Amino acid sequence: MHDIIIIGAGVSGCACARELSRYNADILVLEKEEDVCCGTSKANSAIVHAGYDAANGSLMAQLNVEGSRRMPALAKELDFAYDQCGSLVVCLSEDDRPALQKLYENGVANGVEGLRIVERDELVTMEPNIADTAVAALWAPTGGIVCPFGLTYALAENAAKNGVQFRFDTKVTGLHPLPGGGWQVDTDRGSCQARCIVNAAGVYADTLHNLADAAHPMKITARRGDYFLLDHTAGQHVRHTVFQLPGKYGKGVLVTPTVHGNLLVGPTAIDVDDKEATATTAAGLDEVRTKSGLAVKDIPLRQTITSFAGLRAHEARHDFFIGEIAPGFVDCAAIESPGLSSAPAIGAMVAGIVRDSLQLKENPAFDPIRKGILDPKALDFAARAELIKQNPAYGQIICRCESVTEGEIIDAIHRTPGARSLDGVKRRTRAGMGRCQAGFCSPRVMEILARELGVAQSEITKSGGDSKIIVGTNKDAF
Amino acid sequence: MEKRELICIGCPMGCALTVELDGGAVVSVRGNTCPRGDAYARKEVTAPTRIVTTTVRVTDGVLAAVSCKTRGDIPKGKIFDIIRALKAVEVAAPVVIGQVILPNAADTGVDVIATKNVEKRG
Amino acid sequence: MKNVDLVIIGGGPAGLAAAVAARKNGVQDILILERDSELGGILNQCIHNGFGLHTFKEELTGPEYAARFIAQVQELGIEYKLNTMVLDLAADKTVTAMNKSDGLFQLHPKAVILAMGCRERPRGALNIPGYRPAGIFTAGTAQRLVNMEGYLPGRRVVILGSGDIGLIMARRMTLEGAKVLCVAELMPYSGGLKRNIVQCLDDFDIPLKLSHTVVDIQGKERVTGITIAQVENGKPIPGTEEHYDCDTLLLSCGLLPENELSRAAGVALSPITGGPSVNESLETNIPGVFAAGNVLHVHDLVDYVSEEAGAAGEHAAAYILKGEHAAGRTLPVRCENGVRYTVPTAIRPDCAGDTVTLRFRVGGVYKNKKIAVYLGDTCIFSRRRPVLAPGEMETVRLKADLLRGAGDAVTVTLEEG
Repeated sequence: MHDIIIIGAGVSGCACARELSRYNADILVLEKEEDVCCGTSKANSAIVHAGYDAANGSLMAQLNVEGSRRMPALAKELDFAYDQCGSLVVCLSEDDRPALQKLYENGVANGVEGLRIVERDELVTMEPNIADTAVAALWAPTGGIVCPFGLTYALAENAAKNGVQFRFDTKVTGLHPLPGGGWQVDTDRGSCQARCIVNAAGVYADTLHNLADAAHPMKITARRGDYFLLDHTAGQHVRHTVFQLPGKYGKGVLVTPTVHGNLLVGPTAIDVDDKEATATTAAGLDEVRTKSGLAVKDIPLRQTITSFAGLRAHEARHDFFIGEIAPGFVDCAAIESPGLSSAPAIGAMVAGIVRDSLQLKENPAFDPIRKGILDPKALDFAARAELIKQNPAYGQIICRCESVTEGEIIDAIHRTPGARSLDGVKRRTRAGMGRCQAGFCSPRVMEILARELGVAQSEITKSGGDSKIIVGTNKDAF
Repeated sequence: MEKRELICIGCPMGCALTVELDGGAVVSVRGNTCPRGDAYARKEVTAPTRIVTTTVRVTDGVLAAVSCKTRGDIPKGKIFDIIRALKAVEVAAPVVIGQVILPNAADTGVDVIATKNVEKRG
Repeated sequence: MKNVDLVIIGGGPAGLAAAVAARKNGVQDILILERDSELGGILNQCIHNGFGLHTFKEELTGPEYAARFIAQVQELGIEYKLNTMVLDLAADKTVTAMNKSDGLFQLHPKAVILAMGCRERPRGALNIPGYRPAGIFTAGTAQRLVNMEGYLPGRRVVILGSGDIGLIMARRMTLEGAKVLCVAELMPYSGGLKRNIVQCLDDFDIPLKLSHTVVDIQGKERVTGITIAQVENGKPIPGTEEHYDCDTLLLSCGLLPENELSRAAGVALSPITGGPSVNESLETNIPGVFAAGNVLHVHDLVDYVSEEAGAAGEHAAAYILKGEHAAGRTLPVRCENGVRYTVPTAIRPDCAGDTVTLRFRVGGVYKNKKIAVYLGDTCIFSRRRPVLAPGEMETVRLKADLLRGAGDAVTVTLEEG
């Protein structure tokens, strides 16, 4: 029997795993997809919210502010891309001033540091492409941006380094309390048992919750957000994360630089019945297109390199739901935005609950440090030249758009948990993330994956399951 | 009198050709800008031909496949016969341009030849 | 690293022809930097025939056409480096590149020829809604898998875009055993060559659906279906949707010159072509930096790429051996009446040889027109064209003498013919 089974390897599950690996415990993470970071964690705004938005007194407010406060140190410890670029909530009409003031006050009450209302003149110097209608904005210097993949992989790798096991392609199908305490988890690949379960199943957290506590059912609605991602050439269009204050002109979308120099625009908020419905729609994309111009002018949407949609795990009370709902069953549920920002605090909170429940002892060997995949672009000429001399694989560019080398891809494949698919490589190294969207590099990455994993190239998938890239060989049907 | 409209494929110009036929025999060709257009039209309505380009597998090469083509025109109706005839063909590296991959492919009297040099691996 | 006089970035058809011409015009130290594992560029995967009618007076396949230039490069002893990526081109022409064997290195050539070619517009740039499963390929990626690796990327295929690569791939996929269900084209005309429509679609009864686009992609892991619809003014018409059960969507929706290096160096780019703005010598705003081939503007035929690159090689040689031209006056080249762009965008009559070659494309399908070129108000060239289409590049050769007359601009236009 394991001590702990965490269900779900998104950012919340991985944060819980990493924080729990501080203790002496046998921990297993179950994930239905082929890799870490395949659900909500891979398709979101990549924002570290400062914490002024969530209602004062809510768990969401508390964990957002704390998560955001922990993020800079965590980024250093775990070596992922994070930039405290600051955020602006733009007020587009004098009529909306009271709402801006209210937001400011809520932020102050939540304990967000450095909040200030900036007037138009200052706003224009901060953000030259701000809309002509902008009258003022709430400035939050502690707002930031993060690589959501980088954060999640960093947590997962550090957890694995400290003994956490990951099992992928494993879908939970049933959950039963054991007579002597603890739980049996049935999956499509056999059963396993643990003294404690952490439910970090994202949009499916309600299903697990309801298995554990049918008397108090939960309903999570998948709320879809459509986004546009623009090329590096548009990455300087704004310098901070720019939100629009909901008001006279409706609710806008955010416009933000990303930690990798792209521009991200979105999301919509469309409730969907199907929890796998990550398809963008023409209407959704149109909505982003229309709303994007409200707070920021002249967004060069022609430089879009991809559009995508993600699902947020929305629950009617709009607050995180974290707690031991049955003996040995801990919910980490309803983690919608600002879940990414809150992840460091969510992990710590869940770990505290589980620690107390299982009476866990600290693991003296816990190592909090994780080194990310080496980015040769960050090195100076001499250091990069030396690196290639040491390991020629860093001299071979595979992804032209993002200048990703073979060395980085090989590193990504051999990590734990490592990349097994094109998307796994893409999220870890950015190979295929650029303007050609993997047109040039996908055949090369397939070759490297096949070689390093010792499988046939025809077995390589885009994202696990039935997502094979190649379906046969020439003339095999004749 | 039967009339057929064609687009000349002799070159990228793509001239619109009108062919008049009488009982299967070509009476006139109009719309062409060069003699090749006339020749193409006459052939296309009576005995159309094509060049087939495809690939065959290579063993021990730096590439897994080598491109090849029929050395000359083959009857249009024989395209898939040639493809089927090439299905089982495998050629060992090194391969050089012009090398015969399959002689007299599908009894057309036309050889299939390599169109790319593929060096031996290693 | 030994220094060189001329660095050519890209060893595809443009780079090869430029190198050959530069050597024949006296440049000794030339280095071609090629990112792929062999010379020839995209020609290596264009295994269909139809190349070289102008250059070699015979019909060759892409690899054969490339091989002829590669042989010339090798016979002339021109140096090249494979698997070598140029990371940066600076305004002072410093080239930073790397590969596994030489590591990271810098070159300081006297001249540079940009010959990086182009890339395909991906699905994201087309804003096609739907899922993002496996089975969506640009036509060029599919072409590489099928033609160079022998892998079939799909069995039931819908193709969006009737550019030449899309048409060619319709035939290639069919010949390798896939079923191509249709080719949908957003515009009311095909962007490809007519002969490709005949040989690649009509021969195999593949329908070409003009004024249609993809409105939905189904399938979470692998494509399971595609919905297309008719369009009017660029917008899908509700009620015209047609569904196809398929496992693959190929995209052939335009090519974009690959100018990240040019941009970083400060080369001025044309907003129409996405390639550098060049003068009659194919020289960019940075003296000694030349451009040719698809990096400059997307060509329809490789023969024209070779010709243009040959000219760039000659001009680069003149620059290296004789220094900069004394420029004299500069005539901007303007486009009117359906002429979308021209290459070059400026002509210095005093720097031109006997003739100046102007290449351009039109923005729509035109019938019975006349291409006319004016210097000021004087018509210096005119030629009747029964059909002009966006898929085909037009070439005009102007006698340089005629450009020495009065007038401060050259205008290229279409007139009633």
